[in-house]
Amino acid sequence: MKLFDKGRTVKNHVWRPLFVVIGLVVIILLFRAVYVPDDFGAHERGYTFGYHRLSNEQAWRDFPAKYADSQYCSGCHADKSNQIEAAHHAMIPCENCHGAAFDHPEEPARLTIDRSRDLCLRCHAALYMPGSGRSAIPGIGPAGHNPGFECSDCHDPHNPSLEEM
Amino acid sequence: MVEQVSQFIVHGEAWTVKDLFVLPNEYVYWSIQIVMYPYMTGLVAGAFVLSSLYHVFGVQKLKEIARYALVFSFALLPVAMMPLLLHLLQPLRGFHVLMTPHFTSAISAFGIVFMTYACIVGAEIWFVYRKFIVDSIHRLSAKRQRTAFETLLLAIYRVLSLGAMDTSPEALASDHKAVKFLAGLGIPVACFLHGYAGFIFGSVKANALWMTPLMPVIFICSAIVSGIALCIISYYIFMEIRKWAARWGKNWLLPDALAHGNASLQVEQLRSIQEHEVKMTSKYLLIFMTLAITLELLDMIFRGYTAVKSWDALRMVIYEHDFAKIFIYQYGIGNLLPFLMLLAPGLTTRRAALASILVLFGVFMMRWNVVIGGQAFSLTFAGFMHYHLPIIPHDWETFKEGLAGASLVMVTPFIIFYFLNMIFPAFMSDEEAH
Amino acid sequence: MKRRDFLRQTAVFVAGASVSLSALEFIDPRELLAANSDLRWAFLVSTHKCVGCGFCVKACKIENDIPLEANVTRTWVERYVIKKDGDVVIDSPKGALHGFKSELADQGASGTVRIPERDVAQAFFVPKLCNHCEVPACVQVCPVGATYQTADGTVLVDRKWCIGCGYCIMGCPYGVRFFHPIAHVADKCTFCYHRISKGGDTACAQACPFGARMIGNLRDPDDPLTRTVMTDRVGVLRDEYGTKPQVFYLGLSKEVR
Repeated sequence: MKLFDKGRTVKNHVWRPLFVVIGLVVIILLFRAVYVPDDFGAHERGYTFGYHRLSNEQAWRDFPAKYADSQYCSGCHADKSNQIEAAHHAMIPCENCHGAAFDHPEEPARLTIDRSRDLCLRCHAALYMPGSGRSAIPGIGPAGHNPGFECSDCHDPHNPSLEEM
Repeated sequence: MVEQVSQFIVHGEAWTVKDLFVLPNEYVYWSIQIVMYPYMTGLVAGAFVLSSLYHVFGVQKLKEIARYALVFSFALLPVAMMPLLLHLLQPLRGFHVLMTPHFTSAISAFGIVFMTYACIVGAEIWFVYRKFIVDSIHRLSAKRQRTAFETLLLAIYRVLSLGAMDTSPEALASDHKAVKFLAGLGIPVACFLHGYAGFIFGSVKANALWMTPLMPVIFICSAIVSGIALCIISYYIFMEIRKWAARWGKNWLLPDALAHGNASLQVEQLRSIQEHEVKMTSKYLLIFMTLAITLELLDMIFRGYTAVKSWDALRMVIYEHDFAKIFIYQYGIGNLLPFLMLLAPGLTTRRAALASILVLFGVFMMRWNVVIGGQAFSLTFAGFMHYHLPIIPHDWETFKEGLAGASLVMVTPFIIFYFLNMIFPAFMSDEEAH
Repeated sequence: MKRRDFLRQTAVFVAGASVSLSALEFIDPRELLAANSDLRWAFLVSTHKCVGCGFCVKACKIENDIPLEANVTRTWVERYVIKKDGDVVIDSPKGALHGFKSELADQGASGTVRIPERDVAQAFFVPKLCNHCEVPACVQVCPVGATYQTADGTVLVDRKWCIGCGYCIMGCPYGVRFFHPIAHVADKCTFCYHRISKGGDTACAQACPFGARMIGNLRDPDDPLTRTVMTDRVGVLRDEYGTKPQVFYLGLSKEVR
């Protein structure tokens, strides 16, 4: 019933859906040419690992830093820096307890000092960890050692040794 | 017990419970919508393959359901995209896969494959219905008094016709040729549409459950299974509705009758078509079910046998945490039971329809067990995660990635189909159609 | 001078000048650096020195704008306690943001576990961060080219291009990636690219009082990192995935996941 002559060519209308599809593809490609940034492509690491928008690298380099470093602090606060350098806490960066510098002294003008027990307990809560440097740190059991007091009430963080007080 | 700080629930935290040692950043990131996505694309691919069995291989007995499957597959197509849009954290950037596809990633195939497939199905529907479109244009334009709806329909048909108004036998023969070509072309594309979804999971070397070369094949087979099953059950339901509507004159349930006058079939004709189509299709369902279950069992046996580093954690997930989901729901209720139901002698339409519902449930559980199961154990192999589907949404995220979002995805194809049926009547009889 | 000669000499001059000038264009110092790869960032972790104070985790979060309350982190520290009967208890409460102050190990839904001192055979801390792999699986699976590797080996995410699909997070074998809770895109450790590119130190390495962390240039033979990697015995995490991680560990043990 539906047999047709194989010798005959197909009618023209069969190509119309194809033209619609091609039109769609062209629209997408045109939009793409406008939307995708020019620096998008396969850069140094190739197509598999380096296919990206190149300017994003610089955007990440420009990400604002929050921490300075202890050398920056000693520029103005040499007295404190020298004091701690001579003590057991010499290796602790200033900003660990004093918070990130941000744009100090412009913003913020003063850095807050974290005097909480929780801060000191990070290192000084006694834990039995024989395979790590933790065992070399003098530790206390937090529940039994003057609960409710701040550590800095007795220990000067810049010179924590009680013998030298 | 770890306290939850209430203000900041990160994505995935609301529905993940961690047990033992799980890395800080691990959550069930790919949740219900990623279960829905392969499920919906599977239905699309399966429905299309069913339709092609008639158009390409000339299985005459599937003629009626083939037309229905084609239109329904087109109604399913936009819904395949929905779970992704609901899942993406930046859905408005979803089109970036078309802008800068990174073809080393399986997901990048989505844009191209999906569009190709949509064009093929759309074009095939165009060729199948072109005579009907032209006839409708003639019929509607000849009418002196047109309702607003009919005017709209006429406008739609005029655009859809693409100006090809020739309905001579040669033109119709060309249409036939084109349909056969597109249906044939569409089969590998449908397989690719779903095979790549399997590849998305199978190629993730970081995930011990997902990584297997069998994954794309398993996905394709279970996709075809689900597509055929959906066509069986929905065809059955639609025919029941139409029989009821024809008997009681409830035309609003017959969108094609609304659009084109009476649905010309009588109740008895409907019944016999339904019985015939459903039983024929069930045979094909059995074939693909066998294939799918064989592959899944093969994968599981291999894992247990080779017992690599991840096996301890996987075994805990498969045999303990997810035992019911895998062996009772998926294999038992979702595979074995319908298998027996279809094989038992004296197959009735109702039994086939019921078996199809169970199969659909089984395929859904398979997707769940792969997607969620793959995230049920930690990368450390020393911890586990439990997924709790959000039932009652309390924010936008638990709506999108919860029962509400999943239900929305399930319901939408039927809504689309209702309106699509007005333009491309899927239940036309032989004389009216090609 | 005859006109022909003049024209010929001009042509030769222009041709020669344009070749030389174009050579100048080609040799961009940055590209030269990339081509010669004088710079390849890598990281060194010493599990002997780490005491589990968690200052690194906190500093990283503050430096990189990851909300402290959010349960995701670019870097974290794990505690391993190996019992005499061979059992291993591992935990990382909030990624060690508050350090380790208690012997109670957080085991998630299974509650907490206390291991008496007498049962402990060995115990140590393992800091982890993005390995900036040589063959990054996460970059391979990004469908839109939002995550990438720079010429100096750092793997970054383009926040304006990422669509938030999560494939990179699933693709990473080390679990270092997550969704940034405010930007709603993928995020991870950047080796503090904004700091190291200007000659600074990563926030975590700087915050560590015990020198357990170190960033360095693997291509510079005089870099302390390179000297350690070349002369001492270092390990890497999970190399079975073929990703070639560039974070090296001193004191890695078989129990480390």
